[in-house]
Amino acid sequence: MTAALEVAHLTVALPAGGERTHAVRDVSFAVNRGEIVCLVGESGSGKSVTAQTVMGLLPRTLRPVGAVRLEGEDILLAGEARLRDLRTTRMSMIFQEPMTALNPVMTCGDQVDEVLATHTPLGAAARREKTFAMLRRVGMADAERINAAYPHQLSGGQRQRIMIAMALVLEPVLLIADEPTTALDVTTQAQILKLIQDIQRERGMAVLFITHDFGVVSEIADRVAVLRLGELVELGAMRDVLMRPRHAYTRTLIASVPSMVPRASLRDTSAPVMLRTENLTKVYADGGLFGKRRPVRAAEAVSIEIRRGEALGIVGESGSGKSTVARCIARLIEPTAGRIWLGPDELAAMSGRRLRKHRRRIQIVFQDPYRSLNPRRKVGESIIEGPMNFGLSRAEAVARAAALLEFVRLDRNALERFPQEFSGGQRQRICIARALAMEPELLIADEPVSALDVSVQAQVLRLFADVRKRLGLTMLFITHDLRVAAQVCDTVAVMQRGKVVEHGEVARIFSDPQHAYTRALIEAAPGRHWNFGAFEDAAAGR
Amino acid sequence: MTIEAEDERAVARLAAPQARPTHLGRRLLHHRSVVIGGALVLLMVAIAIFAPLLGTVDPKAIDPAYRNRVPGTEHVIARADGAGTTQTFWMGTDSLGRDVYSRVIYGARVSLIVGVTVALISGSIGLAIGLIAGYLRWVDVVIMRVMDGLMAIPGILLAIGLVAVWGAGLFTVILAIVVPEIPRVVRLVRSIVLTIREEPYVEAAISVGTPVPLILIRHVMPNTFAPMIVQATFVCASAILIEAILSFLGIGIPTDIPTWGNIMAEGRQLFRVYPHTILFPGVFVAVTVLAVNMLGDGLRDAFDPRMAKSI
Repeated sequence: MTAALEVAHLTVALPAGGERTHAVRDVSFAVNRGEIVCLVGESGSGKSVTAQTVMGLLPRTLRPVGAVRLEGEDILLAGEARLRDLRTTRMSMIFQEPMTALNPVMTCGDQVDEVLATHTPLGAAARREKTFAMLRRVGMADAERINAAYPHQLSGGQRQRIMIAMALVLEPVLLIADEPTTALDVTTQAQILKLIQDIQRERGMAVLFITHDFGVVSEIADRVAVLRLGELVELGAMRDVLMRPRHAYTRTLIASVPSMVPRASLRDTSAPVMLRTENLTKVYADGGLFGKRRPVRAAEAVSIEIRRGEALGIVGESGSGKSTVARCIARLIEPTAGRIWLGPDELAAMSGRRLRKHRRRIQIVFQDPYRSLNPRRKVGESIIEGPMNFGLSRAEAVARAAALLEFVRLDRNALERFPQEFSGGQRQRICIARALAMEPELLIADEPVSALDVSVQAQVLRLFADVRKRLGLTMLFITHDLRVAAQVCDTVAVMQRGKVVEHGEVARIFSDPQHAYTRALIEAAPGRHWNFGAFEDAAAGR
Repeated sequence: MTIEAEDERAVARLAAPQARPTHLGRRLLHHRSVVIGGALVLLMVAIAIFAPLLGTVDPKAIDPAYRNRVPGTEHVIARADGAGTTQTFWMGTDSLGRDVYSRVIYGARVSLIVGVTVALISGSIGLAIGLIAGYLRWVDVVIMRVMDGLMAIPGILLAIGLVAVWGAGLFTVILAIVVPEIPRVVRLVRSIVLTIREEPYVEAAISVGTPVPLILIRHVMPNTFAPMIVQATFVCASAILIEAILSFLGIGIPTDIPTWGNIMAEGRQLFRVYPHTILFPGVFVAVTVLAVNMLGDGLRDAFDPRMAKSI
């Protein structure tokens, strides 16, 4: 039997003059019916280009060489009309961001219906029946309502279900999933992964699943293909690749996955309390001057406490209010009610010049390293801006900046360069240097590694550990990733819908979660039973 | 370790932005409408500056013997020493016997002065107000309602009112055009500020204690430059057009200073018989406005390649 998908010696050259000659070079693999193959790699590895080539979605300027056979038929030789025919009937794709992949002005039902109307001779009634059956199959029991709903009325997970319904309604042989759960919360991710796996088994479908997350790989893959800079470095059964990786790069990648087992805490419970919030509340009043006001309680009565030298992690899904709390404490937004004590000083009621004097003491590192640095200013200017605001001379500030760049392991000539010349990980180091230049008492990190590739993430996390060890800094670490929290934090506060539902030592929370939501979060963490990096053949591959 | 470092470098190279400032100059020169529009604008500026050197005579000189002559008519000027020189009315004469060519050439001065001055004044006032309105939320509501009010004033009506108060003149015309343009600039700047103020690098500047005026100047304002330049060209083009309209209606620049608008106004009555007095200044207005608009379109595409249509 021929494989559902066979990619043979696929090479996609990039236009001349770029930094890389190939997006993908000599990649060969196959996906059989009834099998999920995970294509794993970091950004720039060529995994998305591979998927686009299979779907015939590459920009015209890129000419793939080699062969991509869908049930024996070479897609690279197919014309546009034939490709249109094949898409959704024989092969389908779902994307990372279901909001942009769905048409915002069409109801979800109509979008599924459109697929049927285009590709089948079915009448309206038959199509409607099929649409409803498909909606129910992807877990929308309330098919009536979903059918009539517009994409913006649904949650991210529901939208992804609609995408899956559209992709699978014509029962294709091959489903390509391009990071389908990356934009979703962990609990939703677990459900979507299960749904894909269930339907795949039920129909004996072939799935090419693109991801950067080894947790996800361990949950669903039958086989794994690892890409690095456009080349296939490893291909094998999931257990083999995860337990006995042959290529050094695969080993590095897998070993970079933070463990779910909390790191031993060096917490000093007798240290004085550095930061304390009392019933911190932030309410957003929606609507303008004349609009109706719908208050949104982003954070409600949040009381947390961090001792000197300790790292507190605030963990939660999107919309839980964890960033709101961080931004209130950094006083980037005004808390509606409650108190923030930094040492002996109360910050929540401060404003104007008095607040600016205290700003030095709390510094924040943001999630998106590409937007955290002003692209028009040299890195050095960004770092010395703060110290100079607080009276340092230019020469002193530059000296401090140079020393800090060395501390975050960047060359001091970075001072004279623009942020665009650095990678995401390097920029995050620069942002850390900028925060440290203020000699803060509290460092807030708001999802500082979630935009980074896993190996870079590991480096930045090591840097944070280093900063804490050498400077004894107190930290507030916001993350959605339990693995990261386990490695960085001493105590953890779990937030759900604006409230802290559980607060305690990290080891206790992970081993004995009290609240149902905490349990659900831990339960949903992909690959939580897997001990990444505990290879069976420690000697090989070095 | 070596693998990680290598990968990071590779990713960094891929992430290198496509639109570095160094490429901007080259992109501008390759952009057809920037080149054509820019060349025409430069030509107009040259005409305005070098008007006395372009074979013009006194644009206000009246010659009752040569009224309403068609383009190409030759005119012998008798000099004191008896010798005669020939002058050709390339664009004919108007009903007072003035040389239309000279009037059109000198008219370029007023048009360009009005266009550039209006763009500069409304641009800088609008920028300042827009920055404040976009950044300081509590003044925003007040400022924007005032701007809505200004936008509701019809420009022509305002001009008539101002002329009634101060009399016709360059200053009145510029003021009458600047006032309704300011709200448009304010809206543009404000919308940019509203998106930029959410950028993490602005928040980072707040948390390192940078005072608000410095945040606006250092971090927010540079983002407005590209759209402002584009907007300025459109304001300039519309100011040239409005000045011509106001002068045509007789509420603009007084008739003793030739402008494209009042040249056309004077030719209006005899338009059916002698179309040249309206045709030539009309062509100049049209070409100038077109050129400035082309330049603006081209600059917008060059600053923001995503918006450019493939040429």
